[in-house]
Amino acid sequence: MASDGGVSCLRSSEMLNVGIGGMEPPPLDLDEVHVLAVDDSLVDRIVIERLLRITSCKVTAVDSGWRALELLGLDNEKASVELQRLKVDMIITDYCMPGMTGYELLKKIKESSSFRQVPVVIMSSENVLTRIDMCLEEGAEDFLLKPVKLADVKRLRNCLSGDVKLSNGNKRKLPEDSVTVVQASLPPPPPTPQPSLMTLSTDSSDSSPPLSPVEVFSSPLSSLGDDDVLTSSPECSPTPEESPIRRQKMGSPGLDQ
Amino acid sequence: MDSLVAQLQMQYRNYVLSLYQQGFLDDQFTELKSLQDDGSPDFVSEVLSLFFDDCVKLVGNMARALDQTGTVDFSQVGASVHQLKGSSSSVGAKRVKGLCINFKELCEAKNYEGCVRCLQQVDIEYKTLKAKLQDMFNLEKQIVQAGGIVPQVDIK
Repeated sequence: MASDGGVSCLRSSEMLNVGIGGMEPPPLDLDEVHVLAVDDSLVDRIVIERLLRITSCKVTAVDSGWRALELLGLDNEKASVELQRLKVDMIITDYCMPGMTGYELLKKIKESSSFRQVPVVIMSSENVLTRIDMCLEEGAEDFLLKPVKLADVKRLRNCLSGDVKLSNGNKRKLPEDSVTVVQASLPPPPPTPQPSLMTLSTDSSDSSPPLSPVEVFSSPLSSLGDDDVLTSSPECSPTPEESPIRRQKMGSPGLDQ
Repeated sequence: MDSLVAQLQMQYRNYVLSLYQQGFLDDQFTELKSLQDDGSPDFVSEVLSLFFDDCVKLVGNMARALDQTGTVDFSQVGASVHQLKGSSSSVGAKRVKGLCINFKELCEAKNYEGCVRCLQQVDIEYKTLKAKLQDMFNLEKQIVQAGGIVPQVDIK
């Protein structure tokens, strides 16, 4: 199997694969990092796939949470069959998708015994702090603001490779132990604006600065009541545009946004 | 031959710079260009092509949703606007994205006339961008055919 050391052509057959929502993936070299990308937008799937391939990942891109669960063997109640289970080192998913949001997909993955250890990264075009916090609390490893850039993906990739290459014989060590995780121990947001102090406790030497109370409340609290986060509406409720804050959890020290 | 290549390269540089200066493109387009290389020489044009397909589809959806005699489902319009905003953002189509932001607000306000006007603008804007990028890609082809290399344009 040709080693996909860095750059590879997005062949038309692959584009078709990406376009129709992902078919049976080709056999994987166990040493390669395999990422499952989920996004209902074809344009975004193509871009994220390219970004991941450039950073030496094998990519399977699907167009919905349902397809992702199908591939992972989590789409029905019975225990997933070992043989059919996809080997996945990371799942990166769009937040706003019709049918099943990225948040709902995240929950399902974290509820599964087979895949709860797999890092799940959420992407969103909207910088809504409550949304970010909900995802992090549910166990998301990171939250990327769209449009996603190569620097973002490289950062994710660096964290992963640190884990995958760990010891001889155990190249697929679970990332949980070594990935720095910021525990967002926020209480449920209050219904009215309160200038109270909130603290984010960190378990690690994560170099990104903790949010100040002002930042935590900078998004309008009217978005708190939105049920876009929990229901599967085709559009996520509109939020006012804010300047992007790239929130880093899997941070490499010294890396800027 | 050399001076032809140099001329074309200069023309190309100026053209690309103008696209940024006039707000057609933003740094996400630069990002996409940086993902292109000899192994994937057509990456940008392929992605943009998909983007324009998206535009056709989504503008069609919006037009249909706005064309209801009776009550217009603004959330339906908004859903398509949201998608277009997303993909325009992902390819660096700055003006289209900007229009989508306005459009979203108009949908929220259920401003029918505003939406119709905005839709017309979106339609014009993506088609304009498509033509401009086509010219840009053509210039690239001409440079290559004349034996030159497409220059990296430094966007300040």
